[in-house]
Amino acid sequence: MAAHTKTPAPQPTLEGWQEAYDATPERDVSFTTLSGEPIRPLYTEADLPPADAIGLPGQYPFTRGVYPSMYRGRLFTMRQFAGFGTAEETNERFRYLLDHGQTGLSTAFDMPSLMGHDSDHPLSLGEVGREGVAVDTVDDMQTLFQGIDLGDVTVSMTINAPAAIMLAYYVVAAERAGVPADKLGGTIQADILKEYIAQKEWCFPIDPAMRLLGDMVEWSTEQMPRWNSVSISGYHIREAGATAAQELAFTLKDGLTYVEQAVERGLDVDDFAPRLSFFFNAQIDFFEEIAKYRAARRIWARELKETFGAKNPKSWLMRFHTQTAGVSLTAQQPLNNIVRTAIEALAGVLGGTQSLHTNSYDEALALPTEEAVRIALRTQQIIAHETGVTNTIDPLGGSYFVEALTDKMEAQAYEYFAKIDELGGMVQAVKQNYPQREIADASYELQGEIDHERRIIVGVNRYTEGDDAQTPILRIDPALERKQVASLQGVRARRDAAAVEATLTELKRVAAGGGNLMPPLIDAARAFTSEGEIVHALQEVWGDYRETPVF
Amino acid sequence: MSKKIRVVVAKPGLDGHDRGAKIIARALRDAGMEVIYTGLHQTPEQIVETVIQEDADAVGLSILSGAHMTLVPRIVELLKAQDIDDVLVTVGGTIPADDIPELKELGVAEVFTPGAPTQDIVEFMRANASTRRN
Repeated sequence: MAAHTKTPAPQPTLEGWQEAYDATPERDVSFTTLSGEPIRPLYTEADLPPADAIGLPGQYPFTRGVYPSMYRGRLFTMRQFAGFGTAEETNERFRYLLDHGQTGLSTAFDMPSLMGHDSDHPLSLGEVGREGVAVDTVDDMQTLFQGIDLGDVTVSMTINAPAAIMLAYYVVAAERAGVPADKLGGTIQADILKEYIAQKEWCFPIDPAMRLLGDMVEWSTEQMPRWNSVSISGYHIREAGATAAQELAFTLKDGLTYVEQAVERGLDVDDFAPRLSFFFNAQIDFFEEIAKYRAARRIWARELKETFGAKNPKSWLMRFHTQTAGVSLTAQQPLNNIVRTAIEALAGVLGGTQSLHTNSYDEALALPTEEAVRIALRTQQIIAHETGVTNTIDPLGGSYFVEALTDKMEAQAYEYFAKIDELGGMVQAVKQNYPQREIADASYELQGEIDHERRIIVGVNRYTEGDDAQTPILRIDPALERKQVASLQGVRARRDAAAVEATLTELKRVAAGGGNLMPPLIDAARAFTSEGEIVHALQEVWGDYRETPVF
Repeated sequence: MSKKIRVVVAKPGLDGHDRGAKIIARALRDAGMEVIYTGLHQTPEQIVETVIQEDADAVGLSILSGAHMTLVPRIVELLKAQDIDDVLVTVGGTIPADDIPELKELGVAEVFTPGAPTQDIVEFMRANASTRRN
């Protein structure tokens, strides 16, 4: 009798798996990403790109991260965005956050400040200090950072249309505290194209707004070596309803447009590109988001190196801040938002973010309470210190699925680039409402899926029971508006009116002619000229902006 | 054939959060209503002016800036001052539950908060705006 022979185990084959898979019924749902991209049941080795497209961290094309050591060298910066009431209240919140282990500051301005209106402007009524801090003059800026060493902490400021004015206030406030401009570290958002695309806080028509931005980039490149002059932001594009691919494509195209402009103005790409940074959303579709960040790094590196000929490897690095998706938060069963935010934040970290803001669970209801902010910050600390995900670099690198999604995202971005180029570039595309329309369509489609329950939002269109608890919310005291208006009027009464007039005349002269607007803006800041006065003076020369909305 | 409902979708205040307003505008349009979207950053005066000029049956105010307790009373007051009492006023946005009774007291017919299904808003408009005037 023959010795017992073991039948060889059948070699696993893709066909075999496919057969077995097809024999099993699928659930009756659409297997697509949040952005509507179809996802296959399985990804395999065949989906991997060539090894050099994945590369190594800290090396071109940086798919796996911008630094060789990533979080083993330094954790992501925990940077919670804060601002409400007057500069005094926000200063208190800043100190609270620093005391609780936050490592950088991020300033939210109120709507009047974002739109270039003083707190006593008729349009500011009811909006002063509501969604951010009110800053009217350099005095407010100084109060905002009272007792905080600006040479030590890095500060991010989320303001765009009037960014150059706020930067002038910041430089002068620091100067008064004894910190020179070249010691200031931080970021000002100043991404004006995405304002016309998505966030919709503008002061001037697109062309002069681009010039003002160019002036600021040029000036800060020369005077503020530690400063990130523009934070090219997809966050608001995504919040306005864009898909992940649209966020990626429009944001990078905005960034490439700023690079193009700076090069056209005669700057050497390697002098300013290392100081550009990015700001992305982290939505709830976990892998899609991770793929988006990885694709973004690769595209940016390639474009800067190949298209713009940047030689300094630092110019190729796409460093970015991430904020979890405000739009994913629900007003129903708000505690569930803690879970959503944790998952989104984890995607940001696995995507290699340099800094992170986690939303508070009550933000679909109002500005966050202190307790909600603390939980949000603790979420980041749990990810950083408990989960172990920071032990190794790009733990998802080489994942069949993640690499395939990364490639797909990249291809989609290039398709959008081509369409935008056909329209004559991003400025032209924005003037023709192209990205605005794409976003409106995507957002309407997603809403339809939610309304028809093809997409489930827990607590909103499924599992809706158990929402009876009252969530405490932060109320902004309406007295703060009166306090801010009084303080602005106090500054107006104290300052030298003739000096203010002189700075405004000079601003208008430079705005109408050539020359860099930053020096006259800094003089205006020193003379206590208010933001609204500066904006109105510039509008006298440039006009204002009205959009033709598309829906 | 019945007259189409005319709705002004308005964005008072300074915030730029227009995702909701645009979705609602489009949904109402797709439901067969005539929709006039004001665009962003409108003053209460501009909104009331649009309501009058467009001979609207309803106005939907979208507010996410937290300024609703300043802006809505002002708009309602301006409508009253023009003797307009047959225009349905609705509000949508991040409106805390505590503020809703006061807004309704002022004459706001309904407040839609985040997560409200678009279809509910369409149906509400259809049921209430059309029956008001004939």
